[in-house]
Order: sequence, then C-alpha cells, then structure tokens
Amino acid sequence: MIELLSLSPPGWGGNLLRGLMNSLQIALGAYGLGLLIGLAGAYGKLYGGPILRDLLAVYTTVVRAVPELVLILILYYVGTDLINKASEAMGYGTVEISGVAAGIAVLGVVQGAYSTEILRGAIKAIPIGQIEAARAFGMPPLLLLRRVTIPAMMAFAIPGLANLWLIATKDTALLAVVGFSELTLETRQAASSTRAYFTFFLAAGALYLMVTLLSGRVFARLEVWARRGQPSLRKAGG
Amino acid sequence: MTGLRTWLLPHRIVMIALFAALVLWCAMTLRWDWIPKYTPLAIEGIWRTLWILAVTTVLGFLLAVPLGLAQAIGPWYLSTPARIFCTIIRGTPLLLQIWLIYYGLGSLFPQFPWIKDSSLWPYLRQAWPYAVLALTLSYAGYEGEVMRGAFAGVPRGQLEAAEAFGMPRFTKFRRIWLPQAIQSALPTLGGETILQLKATPLVATIAIVEIYAVSSRVRQDTFIVYEPLLLLAVVYLVIAGLLAFAFRKLEERVPAKGH
Amino acid sequence: MKLKSLLAVGIATLALTTGAALAEPIKIGIAAEPYPPFMSPDAAGNWVGWEIEIIDAICKASELECVITPTAWDGIIPSLTGKQIDAIVASMSITEERMQTIDFSDKYYNTPTVVIADKSADITATPEGLAGKILGVQASTVHQSYAQQYFTGAAEIRVYQTQDEANQDLASGRIDAIQADSIAMADFVASEAGACCEIKGAVADDPAILGLGVGVGVRKGEDELREKFNAGIKAIRADGTYDEITKKYFAMDIYGG
Repeated sequence: MIELLSLSPPGWGGNLLRGLMNSLQIALGAYGLGLLIGLAGAYGKLYGGPILRDLLAVYTTVVRAVPELVLILILYYVGTDLINKASEAMGYGTVEISGVAAGIAVLGVVQGAYSTEILRGAIKAIPIGQIEAARAFGMPPLLLLRRVTIPAMMAFAIPGLANLWLIATKDTALLAVVGFSELTLETRQAASSTRAYFTFFLAAGALYLMVTLLSGRVFARLEVWARRGQPSLRKAGG
Repeated sequence: MTGLRTWLLPHRIVMIALFAALVLWCAMTLRWDWIPKYTPLAIEGIWRTLWILAVTTVLGFLLAVPLGLAQAIGPWYLSTPARIFCTIIRGTPLLLQIWLIYYGLGSLFPQFPWIKDSSLWPYLRQAWPYAVLALTLSYAGYEGEVMRGAFAGVPRGQLEAAEAFGMPRFTKFRRIWLPQAIQSALPTLGGETILQLKATPLVATIAIVEIYAVSSRVRQDTFIVYEPLLLLAVVYLVIAGLLAFAFRKLEERVPAKGH
Repeated sequence: MKLKSLLAVGIATLALTTGAALAEPIKIGIAAEPYPPFMSPDAAGNWVGWEIEIIDAICKASELECVITPTAWDGIIPSLTGKQIDAIVASMSITEERMQTIDFSDKYYNTPTVVIADKSADITATPEGLAGKILGVQASTVHQSYAQQYFTGAAEIRVYQTQDEANQDLASGRIDAIQADSIAMADFVASEAGACCEIKGAVADDPAILGLGVGVGVRKGEDELREKFNAGIKAIRADGTYDEITKKYFAMDIYGG
C-alpha cells in the first residue's frame, strides 16, 4: 500500500502531487480572474446603466443555474473555437490555448458570477457616508476604490470569498471530465492502473482536505486582519 | 413587484427583441435535425435527473436533521463524528466521492463471493444505488451544517416557554423547534437544492443515463457539439427556475416572523 | 464599458501568455485513459505503449515535431475540429461516419472485435449468446455503434466513457460481457485484474460499422499533414521499425491484411 504512494516510481505519489500542483495553479488563477470579473461586475451592477445591469443579471443568473460541468464543456469547446475564429479573422492564425489557460478562463468565468454577488453585497454593506465623504473630498474613483471601498468591504466579503475559494479548489476536479491532468484525473489513472482504488481515492481525498483545512486557517486569519479596528460582530449577531 | 409595466422598460424591450432574434438565428442556422430521434431518450433522461434530485434531497435532508441536531446540542461523542463527517464531505470534490464509492466498493465486491450470492446483488450491480448514496451523503453534509445553525438560532425563550407548559421533549422538538429551524433554513434550502441539481450530471461518469449523459450521447453519435450543449443548458435553466419558483411559494406559505 | 474593456484585456493577456507563436509542434491528441498495451500512463507521469512508440516513429520518419496531448476520449473529435489538438492517435477506427467530420491517414493497425466474459458464463459473441445479459461498450467507439446495431433488444447495453471503466465493472461482476478490440482484451484477460474472464469469440464482421482499421485522424482539408502521416507509416513499415516495435508488445502481426 505505502510503496504505491511513494514519490518516485514505481510509486504514484509523484503523479498525485503533480496533479495537486496543477489543481492549485488552476484554482488560484481562476479565483484571481473571478475576483477581477466579480469586482467589475459588482461595480457594473451597483453603478452601471440599466443595460449593463440587465446583462450582468443574465450572466450571474445563467452561470448560477447551469451545472459547472455543462458550462465547462460549453466554454471549453465554444470559447476556444471563438477565440480561434476571432484571431484568424484578425489575421493572426490559430492561437494555441494551453489546457491550464483554458481551465483558468472557464472556471474564472464561473467564479466571476459568484464573486459578483458576494462583492456587490459587501460594497452595499459599507456605510454610505464613508464613500460619500471620500467623494466630497474630491477623491478620484480609482483611489476611492483602492483606499476606501476595497478595505472597507473586505470584512464583509471575506466569509463569502473563503467559501468561493473552497468551491474553486473543488471545481478543478470537474476538469477531469475534459481530460485535464489535475489531481482527480491523475488519481483515477493511478487507481485504475494499479487497481488500488481505495488507496488512491482516499489519498487524494486527504490532499484535498489538507488544502481545505489549511486555507480555512488562512482565511480566518485574514478575516481577523480585515476586521481590525471594528467592533466585534459576534455578540451582535447572536 | 410593481407589475409588468415598470419592469418592461424600453431598453428591455430592445434586449428581448435582440434575444428573440438570436434564438431565431440559432433555430435557423444551427443543426436541430437530431432532436426527433433523441426526444424519447431525452425525456427519459430528464425524468431520471429529477428522480435522482428528488430522492437524494429528501433522504439527504432526513439525514441532515440529526446531523445538525448532534452538532448543535449533542454530547461530544455525537457532535464530533457529525462535525468530522460534514468537514470531509464539504472539503473534498463530489466527483472524487462518487468515484470512491462506485469504483472503490466495486473493487471490493469480487473479493467476497457471498455478496454476489446475496439477494441484494441485482441491485448492487446497478449504478444508481451508488449515485444515490454519494449524492445523499453530499447533500446531508452541506445541509447538516445549515441545520446546525438553524437549530442553534431558534430563540431560547420559545423552548423555555414550551417547557414551562409541560410539553414532552419530543413534542417540543416536533412542534416548536423543528418547524422554526426549517423555516429559518428554507431560503438556504432552496439554494442548496439548486446546487444539488447542478451536481447531478456528475453521476453520468458512472454510466447513469440522465439528461447530461443523453446530450453527451448526441455529441458522440452525431459529432454535433454546440447544439445539444445549448439545449442542455436551457433544460437546466428551466428546472432551476421552476425549483426557485416552488421554493419561493413555499416560503410565502410559511408565516413570516412577527406574525 | 469598464467591464468590457477589462474582459478584452483579460482575453488578450490570456492569448499572449499562452503563446500565439506560429509553426508550433503537431499536437497529437491521445485518450487520457489507460488503454494497455496501446497506451497508458506510467508512475513517472509519461505515456508509454505500442501506439505511443509507433507515433513517435512515424513523426520521426516524416520529420514532424510531435507532442503528446492527453484529451478526453468522448470529446476528442470536437477537440480536433476546435484546434485544441492537431491529430488523433487513439486507436480510432476509420469509419464512414467519422469521415463525414474528419479525415484519416492510412491505417496503421487492424484487429478483429471480440466479446469477453466470465470464464464460467455461457456467452457467445452473437445476439442469441448475449440474450438477457448486460453488455458493456465504450462510448463513441465502433463497438458502441456495432452493439447498438446488432445486440439492441437481445442484451442491455451499458455505455462507459473509458474502456478501463468497462473492464473494471466486468471484473467486479456489474456487467456480464464486454465487446471491444481483440488485442486490448487479450491483454486485459492476461492481466491479474482480468483473470476472471476469457475471450468468448469474435463478432461477425461488418466493415461498414467496424471500419477499415485504425488511422491517424486529422482535420478535413489538411491534406499536407495527412500525406506526411501516410509517408511516415509507409516508411516505418518499409524499414522494419514497425515490426521491431510490434515484436516488443505482441507475438503476432497486428497490421492486418
């Protein structure tokens, strides 16, 4: 059992770790992209015109109602096809899209819909006077975003964003279905090559759990940091 | 909710017209000739998806109540295992759980000849018991966490009042505690059920022919890629919409706080 | 507006970082699943097997720079037409149906189709011999088409995404029989996992469904690439490389008549 998991061949531990690195890489990339989309989306939903607001509503509704697996397939096939057609039309020839980039883009779009909602809620939770005060002093919009809105909303957004990060790490497993060598597919291949199903699936489960628990710690720290100087909500929340 | 007129702003009419044009364009230019041939299969697939969804949410919820209760007020020897169970379910991908249950158990069975001789074997051969087990455990794991919060959130005074009236413990649970916990969990329950719907296509990976598998089948048979996937997305949108609507009606029927 | 420009920048950087250089190596799409002895991953993370060595030799002979790109089998043709890969080398049979969507090189092997089942089971590779049984096949293979054509009604057909899953379910007794390629099945029943089972016989041939051997799949219209693969196959057949590689894996010739 143990030699199957050792890091150097004939053990398959190295494959699992490689898969884990791939999963984490995609999860991080998708999470980052999702945050960017989410921030833009939240701003659009709060301050954009009626058309932009409606379009964003369609985006968040569709993404949150259709299974990630289906979205991944649609975006994976349609997305690469569209990019290729666009770049051919512009005369660049076909574009190489690596599996990692496709995975990040696809999961990023999915994550973006959820973080749009989380960040919108968090921005709305900021006492409006803080933003108005900054505006009254003539603070330019980007500076306002960087110095007031983002720091002030962090405390409200972090629990939701922590949850979203966990979803990001777990959703990378879905890329196994399009044949991307992340942790779950590597595990499956190791398991079916050696017929040691329990050993490998349990090992992979332990790896995922480790990531989950560790990042739970990190986010708890972050929340304490983001709430510094604010009264404790614990008592008030009941 | 001030009616259709305020909702139907000019820009929305334009957008709806554009959308209708897009749908028309899709209907005209894309290939839909495969639909008649696969309609019976698709209906069967949708039915199977709904069936799996219904069975696993009901069973999962029944399991979530004791899980939540154990975590909220149970002694340590009940609350610790319940908490560990919820952490493991929520900390690992569902796809991995499904494969562990299906292939892990599948690799165990040949080692025990008596399993193959038992009267349960005709069921154990099929894929759906494993799919139902995996999805039920998953729903219970997520919902157990929600129910823990819901049980803990019921105001103490309510329970104390019931005790003061001399209500037996089980009646108190059935009449006071559980209804209030469910009421406060209902909005999350709707969201979790839609998440569960979004999890059902994963069982296609263990050879269960639900609606997602039907669309894969169309893709594999005809090499038409986009059209079945688009239609599939629409099917899920409709089911999710109906679920959201049903849960909203349910919430309206439950009297709101303060009445 | 902000969102749009942000998205555009995102897509542009994505396209840039993934590299838009031209004259890329040929991306050889293989099925991301163990399919011994043709291809399977080893513990070091490399893909090994007869088909991997053959395509290496073909690429070398026709001076193509090839990289192996694992892809999900059930989406391998869309991946080819969507340009995620440039060629399919995944034991894919040349059939009329697939030729409507993609082109094929000449065949590089051709083997019969068999049915395998538990040693003690009374099963033959005919509709009568499979009556009332559960037959496993891999999705979007010639075997699925064949089974649906000839065995529907007689047997219950269960469709798997990978051959390996079907093998696993046969070993655990969840299905009664598998219809698949003879060589892959010979390898499976010789393995420890497939010790339960034996080959019950070949199915009646139907070239219209079962195809004319296995070829390299390329996009329609890319005749230059297709010709290069043809030349490579011819070259390794002529100079003995093909036989040399085959001898390492099989006791017989698998090129077929």
